[in-house]
Amino acid sequence: MENLHILFQAPILSLQLLIDGLLIGAIFALVAYGMALVWGVMNIINIAQGEFVMLGGYVAYFLSVAGIHPIWGIPAAAVLMFVLGWAIYRTIIFRIVDRDLFTSILATFGLGILLQQLANELFGADVHTAHSGLKTWFLFDGMVTVAQIKVLAFAIALVIGGLLLWFLKRARLGQAIRATSQNARAARIMGVDTDRVYAMTFGLNAALCGAAGALVAMIWIIQPYLGLPFTARSFMIVVVAGVGNIGAVFVAGVALGVAEEFAGFLLGAQFQTAFVFALLVVILVWRRIWLSRKRRYLS
Amino acid sequence: MTTKRNRSFLTSLGLLGLVALAGAPGVSAAQDTITLGAAVSLTGKYSTNGQHTKNGYDLAVKLVNDNGGVKVGNKHYKLKVVYYDDESTPARGAQLAERLISQDHVKYMLGPYSSGLTKAMAPVTEKYHIPMVEGNGASVSLFNKGYRYLFATLSTTEYYLKSALELLDEQAKANGKDPHTLRIAMAFENDPFSRDIRQGVIDEAKRFGMKVVVDDKLPPELNDMTATLTKVRALHPDALLVSGHAKGAALVVRQTHELHIRAPMMATTHCDSAKVAQKQPEASEGFLCASQWDRTLSYKGPWFGTAEQFAERFEKAYGYAPPYQGAESAAAVLVFVDAFQRAGSLDPQKVRDAIAATKMQTFYGNIDFDKTGKNIAKPMVLYQIQDGQYKVVAPTRWANAKLIYPLN
Repeated sequence: MENLHILFQAPILSLQLLIDGLLIGAIFALVAYGMALVWGVMNIINIAQGEFVMLGGYVAYFLSVAGIHPIWGIPAAAVLMFVLGWAIYRTIIFRIVDRDLFTSILATFGLGILLQQLANELFGADVHTAHSGLKTWFLFDGMVTVAQIKVLAFAIALVIGGLLLWFLKRARLGQAIRATSQNARAARIMGVDTDRVYAMTFGLNAALCGAAGALVAMIWIIQPYLGLPFTARSFMIVVVAGVGNIGAVFVAGVALGVAEEFAGFLLGAQFQTAFVFALLVVILVWRRIWLSRKRRYLS
Repeated sequence: MTTKRNRSFLTSLGLLGLVALAGAPGVSAAQDTITLGAAVSLTGKYSTNGQHTKNGYDLAVKLVNDNGGVKVGNKHYKLKVVYYDDESTPARGAQLAERLISQDHVKYMLGPYSSGLTKAMAPVTEKYHIPMVEGNGASVSLFNKGYRYLFATLSTTEYYLKSALELLDEQAKANGKDPHTLRIAMAFENDPFSRDIRQGVIDEAKRFGMKVVVDDKLPPELNDMTATLTKVRALHPDALLVSGHAKGAALVVRQTHELHIRAPMMATTHCDSAKVAQKQPEASEGFLCASQWDRTLSYKGPWFGTAEQFAERFEKAYGYAPPYQGAESAAAVLVFVDAFQRAGSLDPQKVRDAIAATKMQTFYGNIDFDKTGKNIAKPMVLYQIQDGQYKVVAPTRWANAKLIYPLN
């Protein structure tokens, strides 16, 4: 209540929370694009999503250690993670792609733990940051601050979302991906190499996560165990937005970012994540009621 | 008459000694070595600090052995440590403690890294009446369970940021301000370690009559502090205190800079493990950092000499400057050495009593255990990051630099 009072006294602060929420929400959306793709096309819920983000972050970090500007980490992480994602498909994921959802959750959960521990073993448990060198804009007498790197992240998430939409609609591979997601068997009969489509989809997912990870390293911090919150958030975003809708994923992502910021401010940081998941439950229940109302029975 | 009585007294003492020797299989098997047991985290999330811990132990053991070993009674013994990797998991730590004691017949234990693992192992050492001296379990909850065989060389958690408030009080008075008007914002991770620190700060704030205006509990999967820091911007507190391990330190430094938030005093824990001064020199300027120990302090003791001499020796052996985790671990070995010598015996019970009576100064600071086993003689150190360097500013008695205050 006291915190609400502060917001009323200084309404400008809610602008700060709104802007920050929108900007970081875009990064959540970037991670969620990939999960939506993999979920929609392959019917796999990738629990290792956050670990891909973490690995992407290390790419940016090691570039900055090597003296290369970490901004280059965004494309570099995307490329490297694409290769890794492709390799993971060829070794692990192709074995579970036709199995039930539970098998895929278990397998990717194990994969997540493996990647965490490998990162811990190879890079150590220390906390790292990469520095973009970008500045902060000050608005309203310094009452509102906007970090340029976050704006860049927002722009990147928006552009990638647009590209993804175009790619799925127009590009040959994009069409194959959509065909496979609609009916894999029919797509196979029509000559689509679904195995290749799956590999590409999984690689693409890892690439998106990698790019997001590079941004995370420049905005927050990276360490081997940062994955879970990103997995959980993208899960939530995809559940709310649906698997086949990139635009909705973006909207749900930024909405989640804003909700987190306000919840953190009003309820305290300890309820930030809890609030978001309470919201998820409410949305799911509400949607179920809504659907059952719309249901028509043939008589 | 008296001589006769003396002689018979001496004979019985000799007999007692023989009996004692025969009744200590672990000792007689390894003729002139004393074996200490330790489970430290060499893999898993504590692997970095686990390695510092092991390095501290090894350095002290090597130094003692190179200088003739430990003199117990009239005999010189070499020290040896049996290590296991506890994989940073408490359950494994408890198993290994059990194994060290019942299979390897270890009679004395050195502590693991972290409060969580110490908490898992202490009940085991307690059960077998094996003394354990540790340098890396700071949680105050370890010392209110009535353990008799657990001793800690380091300051416990509730002291971590208390000294920051003391400093704030001093500064306020020096600037003619009433401490009762001071307002504090704090954000502590919601884990046992940081909750203890928070309790210490709250008690201290009450003592000085300061008001806590922000009291956020950060989630363990913390990755953004904007919401908390926005509150800080709104309320203009006189101090911002944060504790959330290395990630909390790295985040608060990065985000206060990005959001351009400055409180007159800003303090955090784990600056050194997050390496904020090296990695974010501009953003971390002025931050106060709680630490157990620093090489520039003027402590001096047996074996290692001064704090600086210890640091040089450590650097030579391992190629990096000693973090305090290394120092407090080495100090734990020194406590055992001192206790063996004073006890004049290898009986775990006698060694335990000797440890309890420890009163000495080491390179790491004074060591004097209270009834619960925690070291109450060594204060926490506060650094301030000044021009990218860690400068000790508190406790004022051992400090080598002047506090910059206020920061904004």
